[in-house]
Amino acid sequence: MIESKVLPTDYVTKPADLVTSTGRSLRTDEMIINMGPQHPSTHGVLRLEIVVDGEIVVDVIPHIGYLHRCFEKHAEHMTNYQQVIPYADRMDYVASMNNDWGYALAVERLLKIQVPPRVEYIRVIMAELQRIASHLIALGTFGIDMGAFTPFLWCFRDRERILDLFEMTCGARLLYNYIWVGGVSHDLPAKFVERAKDFCAYFKPKIKEFNDLLTYNEIFIKRTANVGVLPRDIGINYACSGPMLRGSGIDWDLRRDDPYGVYNDVEWEVQIGRGEMGTVGDVWDRFIVKVREMEQSVRIIEQALAKIPDGNVQAAIPKRIRPDAGEIYVRTESPRGELGFYIISDGTTSPYRVKARSPAFANLSVIHEIARGCMIADLVAIVGSTDIVLGEVDR
Amino acid sequence: MEQLFQSLAGNPIVVSVLLALPPLIFILLYALVTVYLEMKIAAHMQDRVAYMRTGWHGVLQPVADMLKLIQKEDIIPSSGDKILFILAPYLIFMGTYAGFAAIPFSPAYVGSNVNLGVFYIVAATSIVVVGLLMSGWASNNKWSLLGSMRSAAQLVSYELPTILAILVAVMLTGSLNLQEVIQAQAGGFWNWTVFGGGSVSVVQKIFLLPFTITSFLILFTASLAEVNRTPFDLPEAESELVQGYNTEYSGMKFAIFYLSEYANMFLVSAVATCLFLGGWQSPFGEALNGPFWGVFWLVLKGMGFVVLQIWIRWTLPRLRVDQLMYTSWKVLTPMLFVCIFAVGFILVL
Repeated sequence: MIESKVLPTDYVTKPADLVTSTGRSLRTDEMIINMGPQHPSTHGVLRLEIVVDGEIVVDVIPHIGYLHRCFEKHAEHMTNYQQVIPYADRMDYVASMNNDWGYALAVERLLKIQVPPRVEYIRVIMAELQRIASHLIALGTFGIDMGAFTPFLWCFRDRERILDLFEMTCGARLLYNYIWVGGVSHDLPAKFVERAKDFCAYFKPKIKEFNDLLTYNEIFIKRTANVGVLPRDIGINYACSGPMLRGSGIDWDLRRDDPYGVYNDVEWEVQIGRGEMGTVGDVWDRFIVKVREMEQSVRIIEQALAKIPDGNVQAAIPKRIRPDAGEIYVRTESPRGELGFYIISDGTTSPYRVKARSPAFANLSVIHEIARGCMIADLVAIVGSTDIVLGEVDR
Repeated sequence: MEQLFQSLAGNPIVVSVLLALPPLIFILLYALVTVYLEMKIAAHMQDRVAYMRTGWHGVLQPVADMLKLIQKEDIIPSSGDKILFILAPYLIFMGTYAGFAAIPFSPAYVGSNVNLGVFYIVAATSIVVVGLLMSGWASNNKWSLLGSMRSAAQLVSYELPTILAILVAVMLTGSLNLQEVIQAQAGGFWNWTVFGGGSVSVVQKIFLLPFTITSFLILFTASLAEVNRTPFDLPEAESELVQGYNTEYSGMKFAIFYLSEYANMFLVSAVATCLFLGGWQSPFGEALNGPFWGVFWLVLKGMGFVVLQIWIRWTLPRLRVDQLMYTSWKVLTPMLFVCIFAVGFILVL
């Protein structure tokens, strides 16, 4: 079951090298432990089969599929392209807006339609609010992984405000079904712009507070700096994306490099890891990238709120969407990275094939490369820093 | 107190039992209060309010929790070692409870006024390690095993800085008997060991100050590790080891683990208080001093540190196991050697 693998070179103790005076080796056996699917720090139902030598992780084998819900097959059996959106919601359930947008954008490009400018702004605002909410969960739960409980609840307190904004917009707090093909389901409610501005003003000092409590805590830095270093080449080879890749110092963000929406009309910067506390690409870098992306998202939201034009919130599209036969791949930047939708149309009212390229899946696949030779506590940090959502890994 | 019981009962066994009762009653009451305090402090640090429904501001919740734990099914893993599994929590509690025997709660009451009081406490609480190892091994659970291994390594490592820090206080007060240690700190808070003790001159005090304060802080840090509290709560690191050595425990046995953890928190605080902060001595010299005020001051000082431990727990992340060892062997222990040397040097001068 376990492949025999060469032990990593930075193995902390090498029992195999120790021999007694009579020449007997002191090497002991490794122990296989199941971490998950019911484990507090696997962020859902991931099962990690870990081979440990004492506290040192010799090998990690992720087992996935506990949350498989046949998204792709479901999508093929809908009677309408619009009906897939609630399923897309449930893929990455902490970043539903971004999933909706990815799918809607793919169908719109397949239909070759343009959405009204107001819709573009609403979508950017929603996606960035959702990015903040998603990053808040990622950062908070990562704090729990490190044993700090308080930052987690602070994050949830702030996320609650974002969910309130979503609730007043579309009635739902988690799975919105808000971004539709050709537009959005409702226009923004009357006081939304004002409330969203209030949130931005409220949230900016909270980021600093969070940094003071956790990010620049000496123990936290000791635990995360130089741990789980993801080299640039491995990151690219494993098709990592999002904060995981940017943490390794690669300046790559689809919002800027493969633009969609109105990201080009607002000013913001792509954040990358610089190895401030240790090595470029360590867990701390991935963490700080998310923190800084929240600041950038606030910037984007503030500008979009100022610029948002009036107009329709639904493009003129036929009631039954019937794209020409063909295929399309559209990628967007979800909070976790490159979220791609590959859709094949055979000219009927339902998609012939929908393939979702989930960023969390690719990010998870790199774990065994970077976790070998670390300690169990580091493995928890690495899994936490990859920010996986099992709903998206398994779909 | 001993004479009082003697006159009441006469039989030495009955007297011993009566003498042993006050700490037990104290532990039980204190655990209820501290569970409540911990939940409320944690909640308010996290912008929550914690339980509000059971009684005024949820004050009855610890009682409800206790009743729930008593009623719960007691599960023993079928493939585990049954005897060790049942024995372990009681052994752990015994170690902690035995430590309370030498804690002088007031000038009139100490469970057992042994001459080697501090030494006895350190020795008695070491039994806890055996209990932890037993619970981890008997659970037949790999996470429990890892947790108990961690805790054994941790407790043994942190015993050293604890003992060395105690040594500093013992050098300054000249006794291992806790009653005598406290009596040596009479006469107001400036005579406490943390400020140099009562038997040294003012000049000596000024020179002693940095070393005594350092030793005291190290004793406090090491005691955090002794009771497995954040940032040293690795043995029960929830995010890594599920629940550590007590993963498989449920019901009353789990409650006993909890009880001994809370009792241990007070025990280490009380020891630190007795050694460095005057124990039952009032901070204002002879004012507010006496057998009953003694209980008040000791419990107040001890609870102060318990609250501090709670505060730290809900603020800091957790160290990694190698960093934990590093802190003990390469930071705290050498610092204490310097302290001991310096204190000895100043005392000789």
